[in-house]
Amino acid sequence: MSRRTGLRGRLAGNRTVVFCLAVLGLVAAVAVFGPWLSRNDYLSTNFDLVLDGPTWAGGHIFGTDQLGRDLFVRTMLGIRVTIAVALVASAVSLVIGVFYGMVAGYARGWLDAVMMRFVDTLYAMPFIFLVILLMVAFGRNFLLIFVAIGAINWLDMARIVRGQTLSLREKEFVEAARVTGVPAPRIMLRHIAPNLIGVVVVYLTLTIPQAILVESFLSFLGLGVQEPQTSLGALVHDGVNQMEGAPHLLLIPAVLLAAILLLFNFLGDALRDVFDARQEP
Amino acid sequence: MLRYALLRVLGAIPTLLLVIVLAFLMVHAAPGGPFQDPRGLPPETLKALQEAYGLDQPLLVQLWRYLSHVVRGDFGPSYHYVGYSVGELIRGTLPVSLLLGTLAILLAVLAGVACGTLAALRRNSALDRLLMGIAMTGISIPVFVVAPVLVLVFAVKLHWLPAGWTGSGGLARLVLPVIALALPQIAYIARLTRAGMIDVLGSDYIRTARAQGLGTAAIVRYHAFRPALVPVLSYLGPAIAAILTGAVVIEEVFGIPGLGELFVRAAGNRDYMVVLGVVVLYAVLVVALNLAVDILYGVIDPRVRRR
Repeated sequence: MSRRTGLRGRLAGNRTVVFCLAVLGLVAAVAVFGPWLSRNDYLSTNFDLVLDGPTWAGGHIFGTDQLGRDLFVRTMLGIRVTIAVALVASAVSLVIGVFYGMVAGYARGWLDAVMMRFVDTLYAMPFIFLVILLMVAFGRNFLLIFVAIGAINWLDMARIVRGQTLSLREKEFVEAARVTGVPAPRIMLRHIAPNLIGVVVVYLTLTIPQAILVESFLSFLGLGVQEPQTSLGALVHDGVNQMEGAPHLLLIPAVLLAAILLLFNFLGDALRDVFDARQEP
Repeated sequence: MLRYALLRVLGAIPTLLLVIVLAFLMVHAAPGGPFQDPRGLPPETLKALQEAYGLDQPLLVQLWRYLSHVVRGDFGPSYHYVGYSVGELIRGTLPVSLLLGTLAILLAVLAGVACGTLAALRRNSALDRLLMGIAMTGISIPVFVVAPVLVLVFAVKLHWLPAGWTGSGGLARLVLPVIALALPQIAYIARLTRAGMIDVLGSDYIRTARAQGLGTAAIVRYHAFRPALVPVLSYLGPAIAAILTGAVVIEEVFGIPGLGELFVRAAGNRDYMVVLGVVVLYAVLVVALNLAVDILYGVIDPRVRRR
């Protein structure tokens, strides 16, 4: 066992955390820079080379799709879109969830009761169907996907932040601030929020795969990202239609999507262990 | 107990009302309305259509009319399949979806509890690590990736099972959809069971039972099972919701003429009343099943009732 102390030390000492972060970083780097290194682009069609299997020599290392487009570049584009949607959606849920939970937890009393009852009510809703309804009613707007997914995912964050705030507000340093006349918004911002970072980071790593899941679900149903743009969910959908003749169209994006989700889930689990260790000294 | 159940039922009503109103307003806020046609309808036709469907009334009147009809089980007419009511379309597709969902949830609970118990009893063994590794993978891989890969392996390559919904009937066509639908839930339930079981097996009264000479099988069966499964029970609500959501994809992949397939098709056709009706039905299902789980929770764990 390494005897390193401090949060950064414990994070660096946890092999799962380091491994997951490294691989995710690598995937992100390839997704961002890979298309520049390839001589293909995501739009060009080549009808002489339709549904071609992966080859090194031909330059299409992931093969080509039903329109002869290079699958490597399209997959990288898909990863970019998928991760971008997930990050923005998670940021939306982070802002709403932390603010909502902190206010409810700090206020206590009837305001807390009303706010949490509202969260309970939303929990019981079939959200994904409301999102689909939203997509049908207002068209497949990219921004709308971000906001819709973020609007689903803030509930967990709000609950967890509220629970933490409830215990934090009874701590001596918060009481000291209150007694010396620091106004409530300032206490929340300067004294409570910094102490929430640990929990928030852990739940953020678990929110990101959820957001990826929702986005790819919508894209799979043809309700998310639209052609010629693409995402991993849309690529899996295209792959399903071609799986008898060209299984690589299904397997490559499917495996990549699964791997990214798996890495995020492992990372979240490992981070929870690291942060939990601090709670029980 | 009756008071607890009654309070739960009353608590579910605002949720339902909120979903219906929200869904209704979303549909009616859509730009263009249901009769938007790329070829352009003559204004008098459009006006006649709107009058026929009552769309010229103020929004609140329409909302009230919709709510009062829904209470009586009338979801209005389909705008796309002229002459069909939404209720008829739903009745035609609901049974197969219910069958699929029920089988999937049964499989998920049975297989999940079995794997989780096994892993807990052989804690930290190779078997435990293998099962939990598989479970983590199962949780991470979305239904719409599992389903096509299963089809590719077992139908396209091995020819063991049918790839789609063959008209001839038979149980074989249910196997792949049910497995694909249940797999992520099996994984989640296995993790919950393992955690619950390990927690319970470490408690004092289990040690006492062991000291009295009870074997492992009897301890698990008579003493550990019930308390260990409480977290699984409380997960059933979300599991049912997830299976309903997953069924949309599964029906799409396997070409099953169920409720989810109807929903996606209606979404594509902008058949607003059908989309609205299915959302309302899903909401009723999710809320009712959550309610059932909540009440069951109160039956099994008396501490819950007093809160």
